[in-house]
Amino acid sequence: MDLFVLTLAIPLVSGLALAAAGERAWAPNLNLIASLGTFLASALLTAEIVAAGPRFAFGEMFFIDSLNVFFVALTAFVGLTTSIFSGPYMRNEREHGRLTVARLRLYKSMFQLFMFTMLAALTTNNLGILWVAMEAATLTTVLLVSLYRTAASLEAAWKYFILCGVGIAQALFGTILLYFAAERVLGETGNALLWTHLVGVKGQLEPIVMALAFVFLLVGYGTKVGLAPLHNWLPDAHAEGPTPVSAVLSGLLLNVALYAILRVKVLADGAIQSGFAGSLMMGFGLLTLTVAAFFLSRQKDIKRMFAYSSIEHMGLITFAFGMGGPVANFAGLLHMTLHSLTKSAIFFAVGHAAQKCGTQVMEDIRGLIKINPVIGWGLMLGTLAILGMPPFGVFASEFMILTHAMKHHPWATPILLTALGVAFAAIFGKVQPMVFGETHLKRLPHAPAITPVFVHLALVLMMGLYIPPYLVRWFHEAARMLG
Amino acid sequence: MSTVVPLSAQLINLFAAVILLLAFAMLAQRRVLPLINLFALQGLTLCLSTLVVAFSTGQAHLYGSAALTLVLKALLLPWILHRLVRKLQVKSDVEGLVNIPTTMLIGIVLVMVAFNVALPISQLASTISRGTLGIALASVMLAFLMMIVRTKAIPQVVGFLAMENGLFLAATSATYGMPMVVELGIALDVLVGAIILGVFFFQIREQFDSLDIRHLEKLKER
Repeated sequence: MDLFVLTLAIPLVSGLALAAAGERAWAPNLNLIASLGTFLASALLTAEIVAAGPRFAFGEMFFIDSLNVFFVALTAFVGLTTSIFSGPYMRNEREHGRLTVARLRLYKSMFQLFMFTMLAALTTNNLGILWVAMEAATLTTVLLVSLYRTAASLEAAWKYFILCGVGIAQALFGTILLYFAAERVLGETGNALLWTHLVGVKGQLEPIVMALAFVFLLVGYGTKVGLAPLHNWLPDAHAEGPTPVSAVLSGLLLNVALYAILRVKVLADGAIQSGFAGSLMMGFGLLTLTVAAFFLSRQKDIKRMFAYSSIEHMGLITFAFGMGGPVANFAGLLHMTLHSLTKSAIFFAVGHAAQKCGTQVMEDIRGLIKINPVIGWGLMLGTLAILGMPPFGVFASEFMILTHAMKHHPWATPILLTALGVAFAAIFGKVQPMVFGETHLKRLPHAPAITPVFVHLALVLMMGLYIPPYLVRWFHEAARMLG
Repeated sequence: MSTVVPLSAQLINLFAAVILLLAFAMLAQRRVLPLINLFALQGLTLCLSTLVVAFSTGQAHLYGSAALTLVLKALLLPWILHRLVRKLQVKSDVEGLVNIPTTMLIGIVLVMVAFNVALPISQLASTISRGTLGIALASVMLAFLMMIVRTKAIPQVVGFLAMENGLFLAATSATYGMPMVVELGIALDVLVGAIILGVFFFQIREQFDSLDIRHLEKLKER
C-alpha cells in the first residue's frame, strides 16, 4: 500500500475509531499503536522521498518534497513519543480525579485527528486546503485545551478559538488575494492554488497583490506561530491544557504554521523581487523574541514560562528565515527540529513534575532531584538544552543564526544577544531551585514515562555533536528550496 | 466616463450594498435573536448575489457555492444559533463596551479604510463584480469590530461568522470564487466550528452561570 496514504489514513481512521469505540481497556494501546504506525509509515516515506525525489499523490492534490517530508517525519516522531508519555500521565490524572472516562475518550480521539490535520496541512499542494487543515487543527485542539473544565482552562480555550479564528480569517483573505494574483496568470483551470504550479510562474505574479497577500498571510498564520503582538492565546492555551497537548501544540503546531508561511514566502519572494517579505519576517521575529524574553522573568506558572520560551524561539526562527539564504535557512530548519524535540521533552518532564507536586506554581515545586532524580535531571538537562548550552544542538543552530546576523545584519546583533541573555537568566534562575531545592513530596501512583524525555534529549545532544551526513544533505536541499 | 453598466452588475452592486447595510444593522442591534436573524438575512443576500454572478458569467461552480451559502449560512447556522439561544435561555440584551453611535462612527471610518485598501486590487480585477471588493473588505472589518465591542459570547460568534460572510463575498468579487474543493473545506470548518462552539457554550455556562465573557478575563500578565 502507498506509504503516503498510510501516513494520513492511520491517524484519521484511528481517531474516528477511538471516538466511536469509547474508553475501553485497549484504547490507550490503540492510540499508541496508531502513533507507532504513523511514525513507521512516515519514516519509510521519508526514505522513499530521499531516494527517489519529490512526488505527487491523489493527482496533484498532495505534494511531498524534501522540505515537507522532513516536517512529516518530525511530526510523526513527536506524536509517537507524546503518545508514549500520555499513557502514564493520563492514568495519573485519572487517579487524581482531574479527568473522567468520557474526557479521556475525547482526548485520544482528538489527539489522533489533530495529528491528521497537521499531516494534511504539511503535505497538501493546495494552498486553500492548507488553510482548511490549519483551521481544522485549531478546531480539534479547542476542546483539548478546555479538557479540565476549570474556569481558567475554559477562558484559555475561548481565547485560543477567537484569536486564532480571527487570525486565520486574515490568512483566508490572504489566500483569496493570492488566488486572485495567480488566476490572472494561470487562468481558471483550478490549478491556481496548487503550489507546484504557482512556483513555476512566481515571477509573473502581480507584485502589489502578492505583497498585500503576504502581509495578510503572515499576520494570519503568524497568530498561530505565536508572533507578537498576536501571541496572547499561546501562554494560556499551553498552561491550562493537559501537558501532552502543550507538548504537541508547542512542538508541532507552531512548526506547521511556520511551514505555511515559508511556502508562501517562496512565492512572495519570486513575485516581489525585493527583500520585502524577508524584512517583514525579520521585524516580526525580533519583536517576538524581545517581547517574549522580557515576559519570561515575570512568570510564576512553569508551563506558562516554557510557553513564553516557545514564543521566543519561534521569533528567533522567523528572524532566521527572514534573513534568508542557504546558511540562515539551514540554521532555521535545524533550530525548528531541535526546538520541537527539546521543548516537547521539557513539557514531558514538567508534566510529571507538576503532577508530583500537585501544582504548576514554580515556587511550590522544589527539590525534584531528591524525590525523583530522573525527572529532575530531565528537566535540568532539557532546560540547559533549550537555553543553547553546548554541547546540545540548539547551541549550534543559535550560533549559526547569530554569526549570520552579525555578518549580514549587524544592527540586529545587540537585540538578539540581549533577548537571549535575558531569557537565559530568567529561565535558569527559576529552574535551578525547582530541581535542587529542599522538599518533602510523595511518589506518584503510576510510574512516570520518562523515556521519551531522554530519547529526545539524546537526539538533541547528538545533533550538537554530530549531524549524520544524509540529514545534512537533506537540510541543505530544503534550505536551498526556500531560496 | 459614461459607460453603461449592465443590469447584472447593478444587481450585484445592489446586493453588496445590502450586505454592507446589514453589517451596520448587526453592529447596531442590541438583542440576540434579531441579531441572528440579521445574520441569516445577510447569508441570504450573499446567496442571491452569488447567483447573479453565476448567471451572468456562466460559472457553473458558483451555483454550487450559492447553494452551499444558502444551506449553511442562511439556514443551518442560524438554526443552530437559535437552538442554542433557546436551550441556554439567553434573554438579556446585548451590552456593548462602546455605545452604539460611537461604534457606528468607528464603523464608517473602517469602511473608508477598507475602500482605500481594496482600490488597487479592484483596479487590477477583470471580474464583473470587482466593484464590490471594497464592500467585502468593509464587511469583514465591521464584523471584526463587532467581535471587539461585544461582551457576550453569542454575539461574538455571530461576528465571527459574519466575518466569514465578508470573506466569501471577497472571494466571489475578486475571483469568481475559490475552487470547489476549497470552498467545501471552508464550509466544513465553519460548520464544525459552530458545533464545537455550541458544546463550548454549555461548558462556559456550567462553570460561570452566564455567557458573559467578561468572566473570561482572569488570565493576564500581572
